Amino acid sequence: MSYLSASNMTGGYGRGADILHDCTIEAAEGEIAVIVGPNGAGKSTAMKAVFGMLNLRKGSVTLDGEDITRLTPQDRVAKGMAFVPQTSNVFPSMSVEENLEMGAFLRRDNINGTMEQVYELFPILKEKRRQNAGELSGGQRQQVAVGRALMTQPKLLMLDEPTAGVSPIVMDELFDRIIEVARTGISILMVEQNARQALNIADKGYVLVQGRNRFTDTGEALMNDPEVRKSFLGG
Amino acid sequence: MELLNAFILLSNFVLVPAIAYGSQLALGALGVTLIYGILRFSNFAHGDTMAFGAMVTILFTWWFQSMGISIDPLPTALLALPFGILCCIGFVLATDRIVYRFYRRQKAAPVIFLIASMGVMFVTNGIVRFIIGPNDQQFADGERFIVKARTFKQMTGLEEGLSFKVSQGITVVTAILVVIALFWFLNRTRTGKSMRAYSDNEDLALLSGINPDKVVMVAWIIAATLATIAGTLYGLDKSFKPFTYLQLLLPIFAAAIVGGLGSPIGAIAGGFVIAFSEIMVTYAYKKFIAYLVPESWEPDTLVQLLSTDYKFAVSFMILLLVLLFRPTGIFAGKSV
Repeated sequence: MSYLSASNMTGGYGRGADILHDCTIEAAEGEIAVIVGPNGAGKSTAMKAVFGMLNLRKGSVTLDGEDITRLTPQDRVAKGMAFVPQTSNVFPSMSVEENLEMGAFLRRDNINGTMEQVYELFPILKEKRRQNAGELSGGQRQQVAVGRALMTQPKLLMLDEPTAGVSPIVMDELFDRIIEVARTGISILMVEQNARQALNIADKGYVLVQGRNRFTDTGEALMNDPEVRKSFLGG
Repeated sequence: MELLNAFILLSNFVLVPAIAYGSQLALGALGVTLIYGILRFSNFAHGDTMAFGAMVTILFTWWFQSMGISIDPLPTALLALPFGILCCIGFVLATDRIVYRFYRRQKAAPVIFLIASMGVMFVTNGIVRFIIGPNDQQFADGERFIVKARTFKQMTGLEEGLSFKVSQGITVVTAILVVIALFWFLNRTRTGKSMRAYSDNEDLALLSGINPDKVVMVAWIIAATLATIAGTLYGLDKSFKPFTYLQLLLPIFAAAIVGGLGSPIGAIAGGFVIAFSEIMVTYAYKKFIAYLVPESWEPDTLVQLLSTDYKFAVSFMILLLVLLFRPTGIFAGKSV
């Protein structure tokens, strides 16, 4: 049984039409699962469904064997999920350090150790910890966003297009960091535009088309699948 | 000597009053900017919240006076202020519960909140006039002056006197203490930081587990506290009349917008910008110039740019200029 198991999710935003149809996404402990697919395939929506941000008409989400389908996003954070939205994912007028503190808002214990770990992972943040997050570059801001999410000591980290709008060099570095995070035993669920690079680091890949699972396999297998290559990876 | 006289004259009629008035506006604007930052609407009822808080403080002051309790030479109102604050907090929280919470649940647009706040404004104004009456109320007691103009003249031998009222001194000192306390709260405490986070990025604050109900409640408590303090200080310094507070709304909003809505530092800066412009534009400079130029050049007119009756036009003009050329205000708050 996977650590995260979201099965047969069907639903959409509010009372609108269904966007997801029988969509299943799983991630084992310490595993990197990547959702790829064309624009409008429902990638981000699938991730938001896992996080409880839309109404599921069918299907269920379990975390570590516990059914969390009915929980609000806030309650899921308390259960060990962390979510990094694609945009506006930092508190711009607060310092880097305060951003991390806010990430740990629910925790009542000492957070200094976790903060030190985040600084180890992203050394640049330590350097800029007194600076406002809004004044940082795009790549640094993404690091703050990921760092903020890690402050709750999550078991599952969800990243919505973490490399959107950052340069290729920064992108490679971010991916390296994400692998490092996964090595510490945190499961990672990630939506990515840069399908090729993302599948390269993925243990498991999901190709969604129109809200349905089209291909599901290991990242490597998907990379080698001629049909996937032709349709989604540009040959 | 002439130069010194000119300076004292200006201090007495412009500098000192403007600093006191600026402090009062700053406290008012802080409340407006805080509610804007957290609840994301312009709270038009803030002026009348000030009137309500000041009214309760006045009622307590009278009660204390009738019992012979006083803290002479300081005005009794200072003793009554905490009670005024508590009642005002209760009133504001009740308003939130009855009016604003409903619209929050509906996720209403800011403009709907704004209209609702106008309703609250009229009702509050009505309540205040109903309880204390529409007329001027005197409640200041204790020593009137820290420095009297006559004493100052005798002390310095200058022609011009500088008077410094107790109410002005209290206003400035209180404003400084309140601002320090507020900034300490916002920058150093967990709750304060969570309020800044909520104001910065509501969705992310929710994801971080910040409780929106608590943030909103604390915002109202602080706004009511600031409003009562500002209202009482204004009443001590000038006099208390319910309608004055309705009119104060314009300079207060001008101050908050000039400084940048949502920015506490901006609200303070804005308060002083508005106060200084209002007083400087409406001051008659005839005597001041007479000190500086030879007798033959002395102006025949008052050299007053604008009659004091039009002082509110100054706030309007500044508001207009800021909105035209720098819509986010001096400290780049949220654009209106």
